[in-house]
Amino acid sequence: MRRVVVTGLGLVTPLGADVETVWKNLLAGKSGAGPITRFDVTDQKCKIACEVKPADHEYGFDPGKRVDHKIQRQVDPFIIYGIDAAGQALEDAGLADMDDDLKLRTGCSIGSGIGGLPGIESESIVLHEKGPGRVSPHFVHGRLINLISGQVSIKYGLMGPNHAVVTACSTGAHSIGDAARMIKDGDADVMLAGGAESTINPLGVAGFAQARALNCSYNDRPTEASRPYDRDRDGFVMGEGAGVVVLEEYEHAKARGAKIYAEVVGYGLSGDAYHVTAPHPEGKGAELAMRMALRKAGLAAGDIDYVNAHGTSTMADTIELAAVKRVLGDDLGGASMSSTKSAIGHLLGGAGAVETIFCILAIRDQIVPPTLNLHNPDEGTEGVDLVPLTAKPRRVRAALNNSFGFGGTNASVIVKALED
Amino acid sequence: MSDTADRVKKIVVEHLGVEADKVTEEASFIDDLGADSLDIVELVMAFEEEFGVEIPDDAAEKISTVSDAIKYIDENKG
Repeated sequence: MRRVVVTGLGLVTPLGADVETVWKNLLAGKSGAGPITRFDVTDQKCKIACEVKPADHEYGFDPGKRVDHKIQRQVDPFIIYGIDAAGQALEDAGLADMDDDLKLRTGCSIGSGIGGLPGIESESIVLHEKGPGRVSPHFVHGRLINLISGQVSIKYGLMGPNHAVVTACSTGAHSIGDAARMIKDGDADVMLAGGAESTINPLGVAGFAQARALNCSYNDRPTEASRPYDRDRDGFVMGEGAGVVVLEEYEHAKARGAKIYAEVVGYGLSGDAYHVTAPHPEGKGAELAMRMALRKAGLAAGDIDYVNAHGTSTMADTIELAAVKRVLGDDLGGASMSSTKSAIGHLLGGAGAVETIFCILAIRDQIVPPTLNLHNPDEGTEGVDLVPLTAKPRRVRAALNNSFGFGGTNASVIVKALED
Repeated sequence: MSDTADRVKKIVVEHLGVEADKVTEEASFIDDLGADSLDIVELVMAFEEEFGVEIPDDAAEKISTVSDAIKYIDENKG
């Protein structure tokens, strides 16, 4: 059976625009949250977010580093973040310059939950104010979700499978799981896989606030707003950015002497079949996804050392925790579980990929990132290590990421330290 | 250099992300400046906006160099 390993990582997040900076800031307990700077929030209920910082910031993002000036002007930010994260991952894997044969065997599976909402908003205004003749000729392909995969394939000449998952907030996890399967099935030897999002624009913030999903009561204390499992949580904080990994067939990676971070051993998917935004109250869908991932991985509950929870800082945290307990045991079988959304916010379609990268780094460095702002754990958290406030060094051999999305779509991905 | 030429070149530099000294009057948008057909549509829209001229599709199709654009604008602006 073909095995799939991770050989490259790329991150653009509110805590930095490269993997090591993000990880260092995350472990240090920094928060990426702050007042929204992109637009006037006077009339918005929610006035805070975790924005990717500008280039002149200590850990800001410079779009000019890997994305041509012309493309920057034509596409939405989620595509720019995705191209950059994919470039980082390829460079990290030593595959930025690959031979023509390998290009035929290398594909892309980089999705987004929503896509180019800022551009859809601004071009709608152009249409209404100036007429159809003023709508940009780049409007459509600058907003489409599959255009990260499209742009990356063009930039690097990758002619393998070109795919883009759209499953709301489980996009990133599904992208990695689907891409791993493509390698297992022999469709490709190398896949760039992940997700990106950037919807911190008036329409995006208003839409999520109206859906009663966003935190609107901590506008004066932005860094305290994302507080998964805390009694005083009140909705998620919107983040933005991208996470992309290089997945590679194990023998291929070994043959070229690649650095191998971890193996993708388990992937589970399910549907809640319950409600468009609310999770099933008993977390049945979440449980099914986790159980499927464990079964595929051939692991027992006690083998999981770290769970990067979906944990959005909403009432759904309780439901997820109950489901994890049913799968792993009341003490999670000794696993630690944290929600890094407490630090970087909810990256929506990017979340599952960014958080799977955190699982991989936890395995690399034998330390798990904290759940910030967890001062008063909610009922049901007794006896569970939710890694409150500070990072915790510990043994991490296998880690599980949960990602759940609107529409009742669930994905769980398990990564594990490589064993021959 | 005419005022029109100056403003046209500035738009080309901004939209195509090319070095200013590459934007000579003889330069072809596609062959020399790396534009594709959609980039030309966008450039034409920017020229229309900047100079308050209307450039119909059949005229736009004949604009392939920087000087073609300058000439059309000079002949048609109000």
